[in-house]
Amino acid sequence: MATLEIRDLHVSVDTENGPKEILRGVDLTIAGGQTHAIMGPNGSGKSTLAYSIAGHPKYNVTSGTVTLDGEDVLDMKVDERARAGLFLAMQYPVEVPGVSVSNFLRTAKTAIDGEAPKLRTWVKDVNKALTDLDMDPDFGTRNVNEGFSGGEKKRHEIVQLELLNPKIAILDETDSGLDIDALKIVSTGVNRFAEQGDKGVLLITHYTRILRYIKPDFVHVFVDGKVAEEGGHELADELEANGYERFLKTGAKA
Amino acid sequence: MSATETLVATGNQAHSHGPGSPVPLQARNERTTSYDVADFPVPNGREEEWRFTPVKALKALFADEAGTETPKIDAYGPDGVVVESIALDTVKVLTPQDRIAAVAWTHAGAATAVRIPVEAELTEPVHVNVASLGGRGYGHLVIEAGRHSRATVIIDHTGSGEYGANVEIVVGDGAELRVVSIQQGDHESIHIGQHDAVIGRDAKLNHVTVTLGGKIVRLSTNVRYAGPGGDANLLGVLFAESGQHHENRLFVDHEAINCKSNVLYKGVLAGDHARSVWIGDVLIRAAAEGTNTFELNRNLVLTDGARADSVPNLEIETGEIEGAGHASATGRFDDEQLFYLQARGIPEDEARRLVVSGFFNDIIGRIGVPEVSEHLHDVIEQKLARTAELSAAAAKA
Repeated sequence: MATLEIRDLHVSVDTENGPKEILRGVDLTIAGGQTHAIMGPNGSGKSTLAYSIAGHPKYNVTSGTVTLDGEDVLDMKVDERARAGLFLAMQYPVEVPGVSVSNFLRTAKTAIDGEAPKLRTWVKDVNKALTDLDMDPDFGTRNVNEGFSGGEKKRHEIVQLELLNPKIAILDETDSGLDIDALKIVSTGVNRFAEQGDKGVLLITHYTRILRYIKPDFVHVFVDGKVAEEGGHELADELEANGYERFLKTGAKA
Repeated sequence: MSATETLVATGNQAHSHGPGSPVPLQARNERTTSYDVADFPVPNGREEEWRFTPVKALKALFADEAGTETPKIDAYGPDGVVVESIALDTVKVLTPQDRIAAVAWTHAGAATAVRIPVEAELTEPVHVNVASLGGRGYGHLVIEAGRHSRATVIIDHTGSGEYGANVEIVVGDGAELRVVSIQQGDHESIHIGQHDAVIGRDAKLNHVTVTLGGKIVRLSTNVRYAGPGGDANLLGVLFAESGQHHENRLFVDHEAINCKSNVLYKGVLAGDHARSVWIGDVLIRAAAEGTNTFELNRNLVLTDGARADSVPNLEIETGEIEGAGHASATGRFDDEQLFYLQARGIPEDEARRLVVSGFFNDIIGRIGVPEVSEHLHDVIEQKLARTAELSAAAAKA
């Protein structure tokens, strides 16, 4: 089973006034078979953590380590990280004009597997993945995310998750902007992925709503660029009842 | 495309682009056209029609002198197509609009004519291969599509010299003609061409320029209508690399009623001093009621040091039209697209290829000639591989 280990991770971004530190020593271990939820207020660095693990060039890792089964993730290019088994479902999926969804999915699958998928089963797999996420198979002929609604973009991310079937999935606010029906559809897809047994899920969310449909084994409260408190599902229940106020006070002191 | 792109508003009325937007110095139909070289002074680069062009490199072509070579023109087509040499002034659909076109008219010697017989429906394209041999030469081509004919003519320009040329295109009533002009000369070659087309009643012209090589390529394409119901589709693709200047100047002159024009030009630029220029002039004259026109230019800049200029101009003299609009957008390569594709395991080079082929996808689909589309696809792959190598070398340095 795969293990993603994050140790004392510090990340900064360049601003007009010089580098600004956003992650201030993150420690987190996600093992296969586990679902972790990271919850936190706006601006706490949750998305920075997701993009830093995926290797977005905007984020500079100043110290710390990220390893996947002992391999140095930070030393890998973005595409190498994906091929090593990491997947990031993005909060704002990008439009790629002129590139069809089916071409994109086939190209990605070929890159991940190192060989082209078998045509006959692949078409079936794609259609099933789309249908499972309540998307019409016609989406295959549309350009990647172009003209998709917010909900369609998020569902398309989960279609990719299921087809590419990574070791560790990081979901960056996949629930934001979804109505309740879409939220259920997306959650069902994530659960299908997780129920394979050996997969790790890191679910980043601002709201507790999605945790009614995806049950995390561990909940981490993220404040001011690091994990402020860890617990089980009861921590999510507390946040549901009381919000982030208790943690924000702690964060201000730090 | 990045957020820097702009889409110009479209509508049925002439509109202002706000204070400070460029205003043409003269109305489009007031420009000089003449068969006499003396009517065009040698440009100094400040003239409206030359201000984007590196005129210093064109000195030899501005000289009113015979060429140093006769370019090799080899034309062949399916049975029935007539290929013959004719006198320069046989058709006169084209009047030179700049000095090089006038010099080419004067010194081409004779014209090569390709004639599609009346009502012929060709299943295979006509090929016209034009090779410049390294010196300075002039060419003159006439393409005549007979009434109700259907044909495709592919002009393929190769070689290493300086080439000045005129192409006259006559689309007979009810005919449908596709002319594809490919410019893929060697890195030092220069090609300055003027294409004038006249479209008959209810006839259709698909005119496609594909510019893939040459130090300086400047093509002026002018279209007018001989009767109502004409339809012009003007497509262009270019990929300018380091040190290349690729310029397209289009003019659609709507004088007849109920005619259509649609212009779509797309360019990719990569490398230091890669340069593209697109001028899209459309004039809807007072008589041209029922006109429907739209023109669009998009450019994708892959690297620093490249520059795309895009100038759409629309002059409207009647409000009784179906529609008129234009849009122009130039954007840098979007790194977020690259990140998204790479985050799905696709290596950087392949991700770039996907984005660029996606950019060209709609226009390649409309070219309508499989052999041209395939060739274009292959050349774009080669160019992207070269761009990737240069970027990698630059990153190491």
